[in-house]
Amino acid sequence: MFLARVVGTVVATRKDPGLAGTTLLVIQPLRPDGTAGGKPLVAVDSVGAGAGEDVFYVRGREAALPFLPAEVPTDAAIVGIVDHWTTR
Amino acid sequence: MMIARVVGSVVSTQKNGKLEGAKLLLAQPLELDGKDRGPAVIAIDVVDAGVGDRVLLVLDGKAAMMALNRGLAGVDAAIVGVVDSVDIPAEPGRR
Repeated sequence: MFLARVVGTVVATRKDPGLAGTTLLVIQPLRPDGTAGGKPLVAVDSVGAGAGEDVFYVRGREAALPFLPAEVPTDAAIVGIVDHWTTR
Repeated sequence: MMIARVVGSVVSTQKNGKLEGAKLLLAQPLELDGKDRGPAVIAIDVVDAGVGDRVLLVLDGKAAMMALNRGLAGVDAAIVGVVDSVDIPAEPGRR
């Protein structure tokens, strides 16, 4: 999983039926120091995250698993909202 | 598996149900010479590692799910061991 910040939302009316009713969010991956690292991507939300929140997300085929038994065709899914994190 | 260093901990109250109670750590994968190898990842910890520890990190969904032991779940990284030592016999051109 990776740290990211929700920076926006995506609306798509015409989409795969498996994506119907899902929330699509634009997320910016973060480095441990909180700065942006890497390119933004679109992820399906499984936890009710919103704009400006820090989250962690899964990439790859595991991204479809939080939505089981629904089969959601996604390769990125937000699986948690980060309250805070500490580094040293 | 790769060797990583635990660089932080993550607190998340609201998360996917399969991850309830799972301990989350920030792990920085390392090259053998100790340099950073790619971005830091959030991994579930099943061996009670701590910040500063060198650990064994799996970056694979299936392996991470086996470590979590809750069936199919949205996880792709797990800390499955704490490294005591690594011994790589010296070769020419390598330290």
